[in-house]
Amino acid sequence: MIDQNLHSQNLRRWWHWAILATLVFVVLFVPIPAGAAAPTERTFRIEASRFQYSPAILEVNPGDMVTIELVATDVVHGLSIDGYDLETMADPGKTASITFTADRQGSFHFHCTTTCGNIHPFMTGKLEVGRNTLLWRAIALVGLAMFAGAWKGRK
Amino acid sequence: MTRLQESLWVEEAATKSTLSGSSERYTIPSRVNLYRIPWLRAMLESRWPQFLARAVTLIGFVFTLAAALFGSRVGNHNFAIIMVWIAWWTTLKLGFIPFGGRSWCSICPIPLPGDWLQQGGILDKGSHKNGFNLRWPKSLRGSWLQSGGFLLIGLFSAVTLTDPQVTGWVLLALFALAVGMSLVFEHRAFCSYICPIGGFSGMYAKAAPMEVRVVDKEICANHRDKSCYHACPWGLYPLAMKDSSACGLCMECLRACPKDNLALNLRPYGSDLGGHISSSRLDETFLALTMLGSALAFSAVFVGPWGWLKLSAFEIGSQPWVAYATGFLALNLLFLPALFSLCVWSWKKISQNRLPLKRLVASHAQGLLPLGLMSWIAFTISFALPKLTLVLGVLNDPFGWGWHILNATNTSRSLDVSGFSPLLQVILLMIGIFWSTRVTMKLSKSDGKHNFPSNMPVLVFYLVYSIGMLWLLIG
Repeated sequence: MIDQNLHSQNLRRWWHWAILATLVFVVLFVPIPAGAAAPTERTFRIEASRFQYSPAILEVNPGDMVTIELVATDVVHGLSIDGYDLETMADPGKTASITFTADRQGSFHFHCTTTCGNIHPFMTGKLEVGRNTLLWRAIALVGLAMFAGAWKGRK
Repeated sequence: MTRLQESLWVEEAATKSTLSGSSERYTIPSRVNLYRIPWLRAMLESRWPQFLARAVTLIGFVFTLAAALFGSRVGNHNFAIIMVWIAWWTTLKLGFIPFGGRSWCSICPIPLPGDWLQQGGILDKGSHKNGFNLRWPKSLRGSWLQSGGFLLIGLFSAVTLTDPQVTGWVLLALFALAVGMSLVFEHRAFCSYICPIGGFSGMYAKAAPMEVRVVDKEICANHRDKSCYHACPWGLYPLAMKDSSACGLCMECLRACPKDNLALNLRPYGSDLGGHISSSRLDETFLALTMLGSALAFSAVFVGPWGWLKLSAFEIGSQPWVAYATGFLALNLLFLPALFSLCVWSWKKISQNRLPLKRLVASHAQGLLPLGLMSWIAFTISFALPKLTLVLGVLNDPFGWGWHILNATNTSRSLDVSGFSPLLQVILLMIGIFWSTRVTMKLSKSDGKHNFPSNMPVLVFYLVYSIGMLWLLIG
């Protein structure tokens, strides 16, 4: 009788973990519609001055041909985009540009590449290519982790 | 309290411990006593290895001060800024605290000269102690001042973290305060009640896998000399220690115990958390909430793309800075405490708990620690890892004077960590919320109310906070 109870308890526990694993799998791999329009050409003029880019957040669709015109209005500023291996630098009053295809979906920081003052290491902006599916998946995973903690800690 | 009364307190703690505890050997299966490992024991028994480590950090500290005060004013070309706020700050959060709790305190150079003066000797205690040896005022005990210190750092963070001279003066002020306090007050008053980093490390040390504990409570209680208590520079009595937050892991108690009755244990993570519902203090809650608020604010300022926010935090005294300071203080002093109290109040109502709200808020703060620790680590991955390329540059040219000590090329570029950092940050926050939730469930279990719905308000607080961090870090 005790053995049977133990067996059914183990089975139940196993099922709970299996359900949780399935949910994690679904969250990780279920396709989320990109919600993107047809690829097009986009040009952004970014003014860089006193540790900030303006605009600091660029939103494009996956596949867009993006041109960034960097204008430095005070001292020399640079721009490199994480995940894209691109870099450019503009002298004061001058414009430098880079063109690339936004073929990687997600949210990517861009940084200044030339020491422009004390806040230089934190002079950043953001390139958003399509919907940031990682954020939504992460929120779901964190929610699941909370439920898993509650379930594990209930006994 | 006089010294005599204090001794009675120590005796009382010993008696209480043997009455409430068991008389059998204090062995917990989930602990590994590292002090039993012969080579490690030899290293810990001698004061030399620790002294050498502290001497190295002291030399590093003096060099850092010199670079900060006399080197380049450009932050990322100065040894002090990069080594303190990028290299050391990262090592503290990714290494010392998660693996050794308050272990940094055992080699911290800031209180070292003060210790020497106070104990009247360098390696061993001298026969004459210097200073007034006063007790720290009772009204100033707890971590209130440490929370205040951390808030001050937050208010001026954009300047402190980027201007070498400001960093230099802050370090010098901390050093002078530590030395001065060691001559006025007994024990490590500065480390215990003032140092913001001590407060930060001490609080998260409760979650860490390292502890110094008594092996057999009865042997300790019956030992009349209490040599461990008299040897502890922190003024702690190991038998009375409830958690690891105040222990600086200096190992003096292990060296002093003639009964070989102290252990340096490797333990499961979070062993100090989830204890009895009435075992926490409100100052610890405030510190825990300040840490959560600061992690959010620092993520927004240093990792976020909002240049206006960075400038507001940087231009001290300007109108935008006043707005930033108001927002920062409101987040830490009003919004988060009010939201957390509201969640615990809801928990109290649902679970029909009769304990005062203040006590419940204090004890539920234990659940904030894992999430707080993981949030700080996640923030550090975005904040510091991309800047690690700058370390080589300042080793090559510490003062920014154009030296080429290592013949390396200086770079101003950040390292691209986008390939792994978002995933790592998600995993860290998942661990944080899972762990915090377990602590909360454990806490309510100790109170006899462990059903899931009653804990929902507190868990929702964790979830909302985690989503906020995710949005700032990977959004």
